[in-house]
Amino acid sequence: MATTGTPTDITQGSRTKGGIGESTLRPDGTLKVTGEFAYSSDMWHEDMLWGHTLRSTVAHAEIRSIDTAEALATPGVYAVLTHDDLPTEVKRYGLEFQDTPVLAHGKVRHHGEPVAIVAADHPETARRAAAKIRIDYADLPVVTDEASATAEGAPLVHEHRDDHHADHVPHPNIVHRQPIVRGDADRAAERADVIVSGEYVFGMQDQAFLGPESGLAVPGEDGGVDLYVATQWLHSDLRQIAPVLGLPEEKVRMTLSGVGGAFGGREDLSMQIHACLLALRTGKPVKIVYNRFESFFGHVHRHPAKLWYEHGATKDGKLTHLKCRIVLDGGAYASASPAVVGNASSLSVGPYVVEDVDIEALALYTNNPPCGAMRGFGAVQACFAYEAQMDKLAARLDMDPVEFRRLNAMEQGTLLPTGQRVDSPAPVAELLRRVKARPMPPERQWLTAGEAADVRALPGGLSNTTHGEGVVRGVGYAVGIKNVGFSEGFDDYSTARVRMEVVGGEPVVTVHTAMAEVGQGGVTVHAQIARTELGVAQVTIQPADTRVGSAGSTSASRQTYVTGGAVKNTCEHVREQVLEIGRAKFGTYHPAWATAELLLESGKVVTDGGEVLADLVDVLESESVDLELRWRHRPTEAFDLRTGQGNGHVQYSFAAHRAVVEVDTELGLVKVIELAVAQDVGKALNPLSVLGQIQGGTTQGLGVAVMEEIIVDPRTAKVRNPSFTDYLIPTILDTPTIPVDVLELADEHAPYGLRGIGEAPTLSSTPAVLAAIRDATGLELNRTPVRPEHLTGT
Amino acid sequence: MDFLRPAAWEEALAAKAEHPTAVPIAGGTDVMVEINFDHRRPEYLMDLNRIGELSEWAVGEEHVRLGASVPYTRIMEHLRTELPGLALASHTVGSPQIRNRGSVGGNLGAASPAGDAHPALLSAGAEVEVESVRGVRRIPVEDFYTGVKRNALAPDELIKAVLIKKASGPQQFSKVGTRNAMVIAVCAFGIALHPDTRTVKTGIGSAAPTPLRARAAEDFLNAALEEGGFWESGKVITPSVAKQFAALASGACNPIDDVRGTAKYRRHAVGIMARRTLGWTWEQYRATGTTLEGAA
Repeated sequence: MATTGTPTDITQGSRTKGGIGESTLRPDGTLKVTGEFAYSSDMWHEDMLWGHTLRSTVAHAEIRSIDTAEALATPGVYAVLTHDDLPTEVKRYGLEFQDTPVLAHGKVRHHGEPVAIVAADHPETARRAAAKIRIDYADLPVVTDEASATAEGAPLVHEHRDDHHADHVPHPNIVHRQPIVRGDADRAAERADVIVSGEYVFGMQDQAFLGPESGLAVPGEDGGVDLYVATQWLHSDLRQIAPVLGLPEEKVRMTLSGVGGAFGGREDLSMQIHACLLALRTGKPVKIVYNRFESFFGHVHRHPAKLWYEHGATKDGKLTHLKCRIVLDGGAYASASPAVVGNASSLSVGPYVVEDVDIEALALYTNNPPCGAMRGFGAVQACFAYEAQMDKLAARLDMDPVEFRRLNAMEQGTLLPTGQRVDSPAPVAELLRRVKARPMPPERQWLTAGEAADVRALPGGLSNTTHGEGVVRGVGYAVGIKNVGFSEGFDDYSTARVRMEVVGGEPVVTVHTAMAEVGQGGVTVHAQIARTELGVAQVTIQPADTRVGSAGSTSASRQTYVTGGAVKNTCEHVREQVLEIGRAKFGTYHPAWATAELLLESGKVVTDGGEVLADLVDVLESESVDLELRWRHRPTEAFDLRTGQGNGHVQYSFAAHRAVVEVDTELGLVKVIELAVAQDVGKALNPLSVLGQIQGGTTQGLGVAVMEEIIVDPRTAKVRNPSFTDYLIPTILDTPTIPVDVLELADEHAPYGLRGIGEAPTLSSTPAVLAAIRDATGLELNRTPVRPEHLTGT
Repeated sequence: MDFLRPAAWEEALAAKAEHPTAVPIAGGTDVMVEINFDHRRPEYLMDLNRIGELSEWAVGEEHVRLGASVPYTRIMEHLRTELPGLALASHTVGSPQIRNRGSVGGNLGAASPAGDAHPALLSAGAEVEVESVRGVRRIPVEDFYTGVKRNALAPDELIKAVLIKKASGPQQFSKVGTRNAMVIAVCAFGIALHPDTRTVKTGIGSAAPTPLRARAAEDFLNAALEEGGFWESGKVITPSVAKQFAALASGACNPIDDVRGTAKYRRHAVGIMARRTLGWTWEQYRATGTTLEGAA
């Protein structure tokens, strides 16, 4: 794996070893590779019961009756709960709308909706007892797309909406709609020499995190409950769980347990309330672990989308206008759909300068599986469409696709269609230049020295379908724009508690946040920040729990920025207090205490010139400094509901890809040979983790380009492939060489100048692969993922 | 569920006679998945792992006698020369962990049309040795598959071994999946040249209710090779012959549309694989007369 331009030296911050800019190793890395890491599914408690969820076998039906008698009578069963057993008047929950029943009430709205829960002394007993619950369903007609959802007389997925978007949407089966209008797209279209349009389809992708939903609820002696769970945001869970249980939040004590990946799929609740209900009912600890099959029903997916796009350009290659309409399928419950709509609309233009736009994005309520957050969050679907459009325009104008993009690339100072100005570096043209300038992988790279074919380097791999026959190379480019952090006026704060004291003759720092470590490497970065700011080698990261204030979600590429920012901020305040103590003790011994900018380095108080004033051990002695502080990034604004105007986003993140593929044009099989990336990260706090994020995001984008799709039967709205046998994700033989070129152009508004990085590479990877396949085959390919049938006309 | 653990083959046969519903298990790569997902809950599970002879193989004059439990990894490592087609097919089974456990006996017992070993067995020529307390039978592999996930075993019979004809010429195996590794076949094709009998045999996987031979394609090709004196001359196969062979192979399919692929694509892909694998095997034959090792 080639890497160039990756920073390996500290370019800012402290000279303390293990500080920011170093690739310090993650504490969980070796444990995960050797299979020793304790995931949430590995937890065990003396005398614990196992919970199991009974889910609907149909997508839309009235529940006429539920008979639990036989299940309850099963030996070993301790409790069987349905909607009627919920303890309070709060029986629904949700991220934005409280539209999701804890257990189905009166009807089910999608395949796999939880209807009843069982606790038993063995998981198999619980499963078998659940199978004895008799539910009388009366089928209702399903709505599965825009036409059926908004047809006259269409069944309403939610009959009595009381959410904050209910009043402005054009139809009750539309969750939220966000237009963005700026300039005059119709008049601008008159200036266009060429106009291209297209309809694009994006399939339903799953997060496919490897550790299925799981957790353990332990009833407390005070009537409360301790919940150990794998999640993305402890406090968001807490806010939704406590009212359903009828407990004050301080009696629901949550601790993060080992998380096996998230990618947005753990933003919504899964087994949390169910396990707590069973634990409180039985008075025993209850563990729930989904298997892979259930996991496909246990979390939301990426919104499948239909996107209609029209662009115009002058013959010298300047974009004139954009008209687009993005229809996202939100499925049966709202989840994060409103925010996904906001992202899809506000980022639908891509990283380009277009002054005249007419944009509309909306999410539907249907009886399909609920969709919500997934890495890229609305920007992914848009990028797939606008990048296909850029290639079409370049072809029509007979221009190089990269040159055409560079001519229209946004930069610092560009005004977005929302009226927000891009006020930090936006090196879109430079990222494209860099991926294009890379040397190409050699032609016929599958030929080994002996001129025999190495099938592993060919489409089909070890399945041995070609030794070079029918294989055509294609090259494609794409670039994308993703927002960082929560947008549209959300109070997106984080909290960090930092303590400095002397233990065993050494200054040590303890950092405590509620940040969910889901594999992104936040705990590694927090220790680096503490070392940089406080000049202390020994840093302990405490387990994340709800005894400390909210850290916000581990999503939206935000944690290094926001919780990293909170840790930095608290560290700075701790440093000031430590220096205060130092001044009080030693201020009279050296004038620099009063005048100079003082730093903490290598366990000492030093001047910015490096002169040592005191040892931290002597400053603190038996005292400690312990602060818990909230920190916020710049505030954002809501988008105007009619015009979409507003400073809605905090920061933007950009990545560009070049994909090189070999396509077996006869069999329709694809091998991606190389996916070169260039990305601006502002500042790489941990360069190795940065590479991991970029390569992982790139691979997830590749997956939805060529294989990953949840297939839903359009007649029944039932999921057809809820398993890793038929929902395929890339193996190492599907994963190409991913050379990464990292730029560090500081954002002056962000801590250390950093830029959130986790999602941007997921955006442009998919359209780059599609563009490369189009290049190889000459086919239009308006949908992703591409299947062999699409490439062979079968 | 009762768990039977016979220590010897005769004990296993007796147990199977006593409990005909007992499901034999060796590597467990198929049976355990079904049990874990509650798709199947047999009354008795019969563990064959204590019966060492099932994991052994012997290379004879004419045949390789392959014990029912010999894992795919062993076939790849030790039988590439004698069973090149099956070795190629073994390489496409699951992941390394699955190949360390899974076996041809399991593929035959499950009789899924998507089993990777079937096209290789059909094209090489093989007999399944099955036994019960009543005696031993040898079933030609083409007669072994009787329907989707159904086979010719009587309720009291167990698969003991497979007798596979040793390669006398080049063999190939191709499989289409929508991923470059660790994937169930959308469809598959096996071919074996038998210069000793001057015949070509084929096997098609996952494109009909059962694995099957493309007999019309074989008959056409065998006649064309004979009439044209191709076996003697070793000349390049006429493109029109290869094309017709591919069309007949495609025509032998009786596939369905499912979540893994369309029927139309399966027919199309089997034709492409038939043409390509014929080309590869014939090139090997021309180059060496009787090259025995798979190219991949």
